[in-house]
Amino acid sequence: MHNQPRYKPYAASNFFEDGRSERPTIEDTVARGQLHLDEARYTGKLNGKDVDYFPIQITRADLARGQERFNIYCSPCHGRLGDGRGMVVLRGLRQPPSYYDERLVTAPIGHFFDVMTNGFGAMFSYASRVPVDDRWRIAAYIRALQLSQNGPAGIANTSETTTSPSQAQRPPVREKMGQRMGGGLK
Amino acid sequence: MPQLFRPASNTIAKGSIAVVVLLLGGTLAVGYITDRGSWMTFVQVAPEQPIPFSHKHHVKDDGIDCRYCHTSVETSHYAGLPPTETCMTCHSQIWANATLTQPIRDSWATGRSIDWTRVHDLPDFVYFDHSIHVNKGIGCSTCHGHVDEMPLTYRVNTLYMNWCVNCHREPYKYIRPRSEVFNIDYEYPANQEVLGRRLMAEYKVKDARTLTDCFTCHR
Ligand code: HEC
Ligand code: HEC
Ligand code: HEC
Ligand code: HEC
Ligand code: HEC
Ligand code: HEC
Repeated sequence: MHNQPRYKPYAASNFFEDGRSERPTIEDTVARGQLHLDEARYTGKLNGKDVDYFPIQITRADLARGQERFNIYCSPCHGRLGDGRGMVVLRGLRQPPSYYDERLVTAPIGHFFDVMTNGFGAMFSYASRVPVDDRWRIAAYIRALQLSQNGPAGIANTSETTTSPSQAQRPPVREKMGQRMGGGLK
Repeated sequence: MPQLFRPASNTIAKGSIAVVVLLLGGTLAVGYITDRGSWMTFVQVAPEQPIPFSHKHHVKDDGIDCRYCHTSVETSHYAGLPPTETCMTCHSQIWANATLTQPIRDSWATGRSIDWTRVHDLPDFVYFDHSIHVNKGIGCSTCHGHVDEMPLTYRVNTLYMNWCVNCHREPYKYIRPRSEVFNIDYEYPANQEVLGRRLMAEYKVKDARTLTDCFTCHR
């Protein structure tokens, strides 16, 4: 009874050659509900070019979620402020560019989605760890960071002290975000 | 006929009763200690791992969140162990030539999984689910202790039925705000009883009657 003849997640199996009980899906398998036809939303691109609008609606709650996810998955390297000086970089990882570089401030939002989805240079893909819509929320939060750092001094201060998602973004950022995001912000 | 039992045998009789009681108690105590000690339960004993992975270095020193590696803990019954790819996001560059991290690169090159040894392993007839606990305000450290201070991972709780049921009877003693679930240094406030009861109502935690029903865990 303690060990029943069934597999728990990640259990080893000597039936398959690679020793795993979990089988990879056969290529081109499309599971029910996984037919991703909305190209902009699932690839961040339209006709091969990065999109410059948000394919999902970004509300204040989404920004807070974006901040939380950013702190989990990106801050070890990019730092909580996105300046590229995270803890792991201090221990010898190649330093990523700061999000406040002119090139990244002007980059279309789809670029950030694409970097997370496919990786970029030395950075690995986060597609297996961060679900699609969360990637858009992280992208929105990065945009908010950029605006807060380049905006009036008051906003920059708030972003430095935001540690809990509940106090995520102040209204001034939201208004600016609204303009930048083509009004997608509710 | 001389007396068979001299007055001294009164003391001997009393003494022997005491000895029997003590022996019995002692045997029970030894039995209990062996059964509940780390000898049987493996609490505080870190099993050998293919790579001496240290939560102390990764969590405490480098400040990496649990969810960076245990990605499914909020959404599924299973917390999830990081695939080799996750290790490689950093170790393709740091400690990239060390022998300690060689098994990571071997796994990456050959596509074979790293064979971690389970630290926690409930019997298969018990149903456990991480997501419900995490979403109802039970923190990782309540069940797993100070993982961030473990050079090698070990267990701090027996996972015996009485351990689960003790909490299911009185969850308010352990519930914390959801935002603190991943805070490994969280300390329960002095008014935990009041806070716990308030959070139980807020998170709509089921009553003790339902939570201690056998089919909650044996289904
Ligand atoms: C393990 C460390 C690490 C983590 C974690 C990480 N990155 Fe990166 N990132 C890098 C490195 C290194 C580069 C520079 C890559 C290069 O130029 O080769 C980079 C570059 C970038 C760039 C700039 C691309 C360009 O056009 O120059 C963006 C945007 C980015 N990362 C976003 C993210 C986001 C969003 C996350 C969280 C989901 C994240 N990164 C997590 C290491 C990391
Ligand atoms: C850098 C990746 C990483 C991070 C971050 C991380 N872990 Fe782990 N964790 C692992 C790996 C790899 C194992 C398997 C090896 C082992 O047991 O030490 C593991 C094992 C465990 C186990 C034992 C699993 C078993 O076999 O029963 C627990 C419990 C655990 N982690 C909890 C945590 C908690 C709580 C945190 C956050 C404070 C955390 N981990 C952060 C990678 C990580
Ligand atoms: C986000 C980056 C990151 C990830 C992901 C990561 N590590 Fe590390 N690892 C580090 C850093 C930084 C050090 C150096 C620690 C130090 O010197 O404080 C390190 C050190 C190590 C060491 C050297 C011994 C030690 O503990 O200092 C081993 C072994 C190791 N990691 C194994 C792993 C394994 C196995 C995984 C995958 C489950 C993993 N690491 C994932 C950043 C990472
Ligand atoms: C209510 C107690 C409890 C809480 C809270 C809890 N765990 Fe667990 N954890 C367990 C038990 C019990 C097991 C063993 C499960 C099994 O053997 O099936 C386990 C197993 C694990 C494992 C091994 C893989 C697995 O799922 O079996 C990891 C990793 C882990 N926990 C990480 C975490 C992290 C990270 C958190 C915080 C978000 C956490 N746990 C919160 C009780 C708990
Ligand atoms: C520190 C407290 C604590 C510990 C320890 C604990 N639990 Fe729980 N458990 C809870 C709370 C709180 C809930 C949420 C009840 C609800 O659904 O509202 C819960 C819910 C559950 C549920 C889902 C019940 C349902 O139907 O919704 C299962 C199954 C479960 N626990 C199994 C276990 C097992 C098995 C163990 C021991 C290995 C365990 N728990 C240890 C606090 C705990
Ligand atoms: C909160 C979860 C939980 C509830 C509720 C629960 N159990 Fe259990 N039970 C466990 C766990 C965990 C174990 C495994 C303990 C171990 O590792 O030996 C277990 C083991 C057992 C065993 C096997 C003991 C052994 O050593 O083989 C029996 C029998 C059992 N439970 C009966 C019951 C009955 C009857 C009820 C209802 C009155 C009940 N359980 C309610 C969690 C629970």
